[in-house]
Amino acid sequence: MTDLERHSFDVVVIGAGGAGLRAAIEARLQGKTVAIVCKSLFGKAHTVMAEGGIAAAMGNVNSKDNWQVHFRDTMRGGKFLNSWRMAELHAKEAPQRVWELETYGALFDRTPDGKISQRNFGGHEYPRLAHVGDRSGLELIRTLQQKIVSLQQEDFRETGDYQSKIKIFAEVTVTRLLVNDGRIAGAYAYYRETGDFVVFEAPAVVLATGGIGKTFKVTSASWEYTGDGHALAMRAGATTLNMEFIQFHPTGMVWPLSVKGILVTESVRGDGGILTNSEGKRFMFDYIPDVFKAQYATTPEEGDRWYTDPEHNRRPPELLPRDEVARAINSEVKAGRGTPHGGVYLDVSTRLPADVIKKKLPSMWHQFKELADVDITKEPMEVGPTCHYVMGGVEVDPDDEQTKLPGLFAAGEVSGGMHGSNRLGGNSLSDLLVFGRRAGLGAAIYVDELGGARPTVTDEMVADAETEALAAFHVEGGENPYTIHADLQQTMNDLVGIIRTESEMQEALDRLEGFKERVRRASVQGGRAFNPGWHLALDLKNMLLVSEAIARSALERQESRGGHTRDDYPVMSPDWRQLNIVSRTEGDGVAIYRQPLSPMREDLLELFDVNELNKYLTEAELPKGEHS
Amino acid sequence: MTYKAKFRVWRGDDESGDLQNYEVDVNEGEVVLDIVHRLQATQAPDLAVRWNCKAGKCGSCSAEVNGKPRLMCMTRMNTFTEDEVITITPMRTFPVIRDLVTDVSYNYTKARMVPAFAPPADLEPGDYRMAQVDVERSQEFRKCIECFMCNNVCHAVRDHEENKTTFSGPRFLMRIAELDMHPLDTVDRRKVAVDDHGLGYCNITKCCTEVCPEHIHITDNALIPLKERVADKRYDPIFSIASLFSRSKDTRTPAPETPKG
Repeated sequence: MTDLERHSFDVVVIGAGGAGLRAAIEARLQGKTVAIVCKSLFGKAHTVMAEGGIAAAMGNVNSKDNWQVHFRDTMRGGKFLNSWRMAELHAKEAPQRVWELETYGALFDRTPDGKISQRNFGGHEYPRLAHVGDRSGLELIRTLQQKIVSLQQEDFRETGDYQSKIKIFAEVTVTRLLVNDGRIAGAYAYYRETGDFVVFEAPAVVLATGGIGKTFKVTSASWEYTGDGHALAMRAGATTLNMEFIQFHPTGMVWPLSVKGILVTESVRGDGGILTNSEGKRFMFDYIPDVFKAQYATTPEEGDRWYTDPEHNRRPPELLPRDEVARAINSEVKAGRGTPHGGVYLDVSTRLPADVIKKKLPSMWHQFKELADVDITKEPMEVGPTCHYVMGGVEVDPDDEQTKLPGLFAAGEVSGGMHGSNRLGGNSLSDLLVFGRRAGLGAAIYVDELGGARPTVTDEMVADAETEALAAFHVEGGENPYTIHADLQQTMNDLVGIIRTESEMQEALDRLEGFKERVRRASVQGGRAFNPGWHLALDLKNMLLVSEAIARSALERQESRGGHTRDDYPVMSPDWRQLNIVSRTEGDGVAIYRQPLSPMREDLLELFDVNELNKYLTEAELPKGEHS
Repeated sequence: MTYKAKFRVWRGDDESGDLQNYEVDVNEGEVVLDIVHRLQATQAPDLAVRWNCKAGKCGSCSAEVNGKPRLMCMTRMNTFTEDEVITITPMRTFPVIRDLVTDVSYNYTKARMVPAFAPPADLEPGDYRMAQVDVERSQEFRKCIECFMCNNVCHAVRDHEENKTTFSGPRFLMRIAELDMHPLDTVDRRKVAVDDHGLGYCNITKCCTEVCPEHIHITDNALIPLKERVADKRYDPIFSIASLFSRSKDTRTPAPETPKG
């Protein structure tokens, strides 16, 4: 252990997507030293895949937009299970966070008067998404990356060392959080390149590790999305909430098989694309739920008029929140009205001129042309639901993003609460910025308040972490981790997927018990240098823990809401709306408990019509004197 | 549908290595990265490869397929015949770490040397106004996914290790051009482009443009206009004096029309 690499920082940020980079920028602006630890190369994080845009009520395209409308849309989208405080902060602060990106050098598409253009998206009442074609995530991550470089240049001018305040540890994976006496003391990690270990001593850690997509077979996620932050937090003693809420994005590619799950941006529908079944019917009109009847067009004619005259027409149901559209597609396919490859048709070719399609949706055109031999300006796409996002996540304080473990913060997809039971498109990138900043700020304040009393990393902690990380090398004749992973993904897809029932989830939990032994017995070939088999064996532990949290929470919640649909409990229940389901580790597994939501502040409640609140809240929760 | 393809994959590290032969199943619609993943899952679990999005958006899986720089996730197997032997090697310009993974830190070092975006000091957030037509030129370059294949293929460094200290490659010269064309940037990077990033090494052979998976017209729209602006500054004395009295942005030459293809 004598030659073990050690570093000391004020703040360690795990993850280099939008939330992690924004947190790092903020902590550095607060005068803290920061390590950014990321699984991949700098600038490759999952944020690059975001397509549609950043939701922020700037009112550039429709001046009626404001934070209150955005707040309302977010709560509706999440079926009122959102942390209302997070939804409020998010709606209020998103515009500042977007404008700030321009000062870092971002170049969004423009309105005719030179402001940031905003596009329509599912569940958003007004055009709200700041975007760059359909590569908005790339612009976001590159902009933040370049801002970090500019801060490093400032530090270089001051100290002669680019990395004196912000140091990036690329292709480094954290395997364990180090905790001393109930507080964060640091993190333990390995370099992909060499397999060597590294210890970070830090009083504050910000988790910004993204999602859990790789626990499912059909997913839009990259290999990194193995629930690391969720599992690290739970193992360290923090909690996650509402892990049952998984967003299946309605439109993933379905063919060829090798690209099944890759995302087809919602912008296709936002810009006019329609969904049809094998009979050529625009089926979404059959799937408008009661809670949304007032806001959506009931005929194709009205829906089509809305694109040019939103004042006097309602929006087409293709732009319902994602959970509704995904369920509808699922039903159409199940009813035998699917495409040859088990999806439905998404057509923009008959809706917009070819040159406009190529201009507005360049990477979609490119993606279908190169991966599927489909020219989307001439023919429809085949699409179906794909695991896209986890609404549940690490439980945090809404204002400073601190978890239940002092010194541990979380922001972005890894954190929970903000999106309730279903996230609106575009609210993810704004979430990263708003809460990434707040987590960085929260961590900096925490470090200041801690003063000199920093928890220490002991030799024993380090030795334990090493033993755990190397275990797979000592298993003789164990199982190939790739096989275990494929089986786990299949189990989650089949039994805890888009439509759930008690018996299937119970079976999933039984199987997960079996996976625990299989994961312990995963064995690794080769050495420690850049060995993907070893990395997967380590990631599997995280995916397994997260899978159990998802399955247990999903079994517990006996209603259907947002990204959690129960065949056996198809109705949304106001009583269940009052409850979060919280997961924590117990033994080698997950235990859950119910936890009441805090009642929404009166002034926020007043933003809604009482008839709408009636659909979501229990009678006792309704504003006083307005019971109906 | 399924057939067995013959692959030769470079295996080794920074000290030694060679091409190893594999036979792997290939299914309809698959790309080279699928085959590499199947190799990992069935025959070579420790085969090192970088990848992330598998959708041509992150630029991680750059390698050389039959000697040509390619994103493995965007190289479809049906572009090869079934009896063709497919050779995959790591990018040649960067030092090998292991197997198909190279040390691309050169690129991050160069990125840090480009003077950052500098807006007018008195411009408040929210007050930025730019016309779409003016942002489009830089937007083209911001499509870059940093796969580093342009820097890999550029002969100025591909065959000349010694130039790496003085030349930043098309990626970062394009970054300078991008900032230069940003409607609200206030810094003149022309001297830096020549002195610190080796703009003079580029002799516009367009190899970078040819390999760009984003189809960015690196040479025509970024490098040539940058060279023209530098030439103005360096060789035209009247122009140089005039530029002392005006913002640098006002004197740039327009970018050429986007060429076909």
